[in-house]
Amino acid sequence: MKIPSSTRRNFTAGLLGSASFWMYGGHKVWADALQSESLQSYEPKYFNREEWLFLNAACARIFPADAHGPDAALLGAPEFIDRQMDTPYGHGELWYMSGPFKEGAPNLGYQLSLPPRDLYRQAIAAANTYVRDHHQGQTFAQLTIPEQIALLKLFEQGTMTLGAVPAHTFFEQLRQNTLEGVFSDPLYGGNKALAGWTLLGFPGARADFMDWVNQKGAPYPFGPVSISGETA
Amino acid sequence: MCAKKVDAIVIGAGWAGSILAKELTEAGLSVVMLERGDERATAVEGDYPSSIDELRGAIRHRLFQNLSQSTVTIRNTLDQEALPYRRLAAFLPGEGVGGAGLHWSGVHFRVAPDDLALRTNVVARYGKNFIPEGMNLQDYGVTYEELEPFFDKAEKVFGTSGEPYTIKGKIAGNGNRFAPDRSDAFPLPAMGEVYSASLFRSAAANVGYHPYALPAANASAQYTNPYGVQMGPCNFCGYCSGYDCYMYSKASPNVNILPALRQDPKFTLITKAHVLKVNLDADNKKATGVSYLDLRTKKQVELDADLVIISAFQFHNVHLMLLSGIGQPYNPQQNTGTVGRNFVYQTITTSRAWLSPKQYTNLFVGAGGAGVAIDDFNSMNFDHGPLGFVGGSPVWVNQAGVKPIAAAVGGPGGKAPTWGEGYKEAMVDTYRHSLTIDAHGSNMAYRDVYLDLDPTYSNAYGQPLLRMTFNWKDNDIRMNQYVVGKIEPIIKAMGATKYSLGMLKDGEVFDTRRYQTTHLGGGAIMGTDPKTSCVNRYLQSWDVSNVFVIGASAFPQGMGYNPTGMVAALAYWAAYHIRTTYLKNPGPMVQA
Repeated sequence: MKIPSSTRRNFTAGLLGSASFWMYGGHKVWADALQSESLQSYEPKYFNREEWLFLNAACARIFPADAHGPDAALLGAPEFIDRQMDTPYGHGELWYMSGPFKEGAPNLGYQLSLPPRDLYRQAIAAANTYVRDHHQGQTFAQLTIPEQIALLKLFEQGTMTLGAVPAHTFFEQLRQNTLEGVFSDPLYGGNKALAGWTLLGFPGARADFMDWVNQKGAPYPFGPVSISGETA
Repeated sequence: MCAKKVDAIVIGAGWAGSILAKELTEAGLSVVMLERGDERATAVEGDYPSSIDELRGAIRHRLFQNLSQSTVTIRNTLDQEALPYRRLAAFLPGEGVGGAGLHWSGVHFRVAPDDLALRTNVVARYGKNFIPEGMNLQDYGVTYEELEPFFDKAEKVFGTSGEPYTIKGKIAGNGNRFAPDRSDAFPLPAMGEVYSASLFRSAAANVGYHPYALPAANASAQYTNPYGVQMGPCNFCGYCSGYDCYMYSKASPNVNILPALRQDPKFTLITKAHVLKVNLDADNKKATGVSYLDLRTKKQVELDADLVIISAFQFHNVHLMLLSGIGQPYNPQQNTGTVGRNFVYQTITTSRAWLSPKQYTNLFVGAGGAGVAIDDFNSMNFDHGPLGFVGGSPVWVNQAGVKPIAAAVGGPGGKAPTWGEGYKEAMVDTYRHSLTIDAHGSNMAYRDVYLDLDPTYSNAYGQPLLRMTFNWKDNDIRMNQYVVGKIEPIIKAMGATKYSLGMLKDGEVFDTRRYQTTHLGGGAIMGTDPKTSCVNRYLQSWDVSNVFVIGASAFPQGMGYNPTGMVAALAYWAAYHIRTTYLKNPGPMVQA
């Protein structure tokens, strides 16, 4: 487990999982503080600065802050994705990656030669090129939130390609990895303060419901615990 | 291992292979079991809490086949070019000791007896013309009465929990009234029922159906099996499917058979041994052994044996037969050959009901094999005459433990957004207050659905990949739609606030990108006629009599039930006849 680097971070991380934080905690102020801190406190190992800003913005649009809690960027999804890029998964070592690579019917599945790390690199660069062309030289991260949402919808539903990557393929990769970051054990860098699990009511690694098999509709009473023993 | 020759080689360390290896060593044979994956021990890598990790487990496929070395290609129709199944999604074959038997859920059925002679039964009840054009409807060539002792044996080895209906003709419990008679009780009482399952039970009964506890190879209490190995009581942790069970409650070859087998000096397990082919003599009538690649040394090894058991995952069995030249490959145009014929799957669709905000379903609580089901629309338990289709589906609530990544990526369901504004609100409602009901049904065999070798793509060892030609057919789509229609009144009786019915759509094409089930079957089917089956009723190759092919590859149709119970019973059935008949006089046990 990463040890938080500052007292303030400890304090905010401790509060993140609790309802009171979001109801009474001066939502905007804290969110801004965490936002700037999360951008600074983790130094991406794989993504460059422009990619990193793209990722932070896109994660926050896919899983936004609202009355239910913080967005995916605050929960560490970008850090999660960055760290995944240097795993066997990120390198495509879990996929059959032998050629020939041919396009086919969508229902026959992924047919690109790109492992996730290359897919991100190509698609983010192409997405920012597209944004610059259509938004007076700005990057995705510099757009307004409604503009970012509109663009992600275009990627999700459109027929455009980003480099060699169909935009909807990239979008689905991004959506999946963002949600993985929000809801995986915090040992992978996301789900900060177990806030993803708290949101859903998932008790994490407790994994013992011998006495709770059938609560006849009552909620399970305990909060989550992580593999390392972190609680919320 | 320094011996170049052993009595028997068993290929694959899953359920079928472990059962055969146990039986053959008991018969006094020296047995080498070859497994291409890693050694897997729950105490080492499946322990608590490190195995309670959804990302490493079900999402990054810790226990599944690594496709980077070998996969299949898939196409929907004969005129299409097949493309590789590059990422695991629709189905999840296992790899390593235990095979798919380590990461399965644990639903442990017997068989619906009518399914064993489905062709005969359909023709007798509805006439030959009832069978749609192009459907290869066939019988297994074995009866329930013949298999019953082996179902019984498998349940005792697996430590299966369940409630009987009849034992030796007498009502013995409130179990499945469509289930066939039993010679003995389940070794353990039925698993407890989670809230969603108990709601389903009362709602289904109110509608007039006949709910029963799913038979589960999840131990409802401490248990010691006939091999002397122990299981602990299941605590509903929810980490069954995709995981090894840290409680030693879910039956697996690793927990229930291998601890006993490993102590037998006649048994040798070699891991990281990828079998390239079964070697045949000059006439292609006898197997002489196998060639395998030692993945540690990258060297090819020849191992001779008198008996070769092909007991890998369903489609690996077929692949190995095709690579080895055992039997004649199936040709769909000419309708000749048998290897690859009757490749089948299952239909499975999921419906969802949302309850009131006061009702928490605690979806993370679960056991892979536990739940409540109805069989009113399975097999031939209902009148197909006016419906005009063959087959059926059990329907159930099988709350196996829903983890957050899978839930979140799958989305809230209904018409709710899958990201962005409104997503979290809907996701919380779905995760806290909904339940799912599956129609887990049959899939018939068709003349243009089959397995063969791919002409373009190869595995890491230079061998052609297996090619699947598979699509949904009208008969099975209509069956699914009919059965899902029967779910609607159950959901209404539950008092759901809203619901969505999941069903196959008219003309729906098989989609490889979405998990459906790992219950693939057929391709090396059993039967009574060597022109339409690969193996005889003892699962012995018609063509090479010292080769037996064990697994769901033997199923002529995809049945409504989960396959593992049937695979285990067929394995014990084949082993019994090898021990009592074949070994005394090796040769064909049925004359072609």
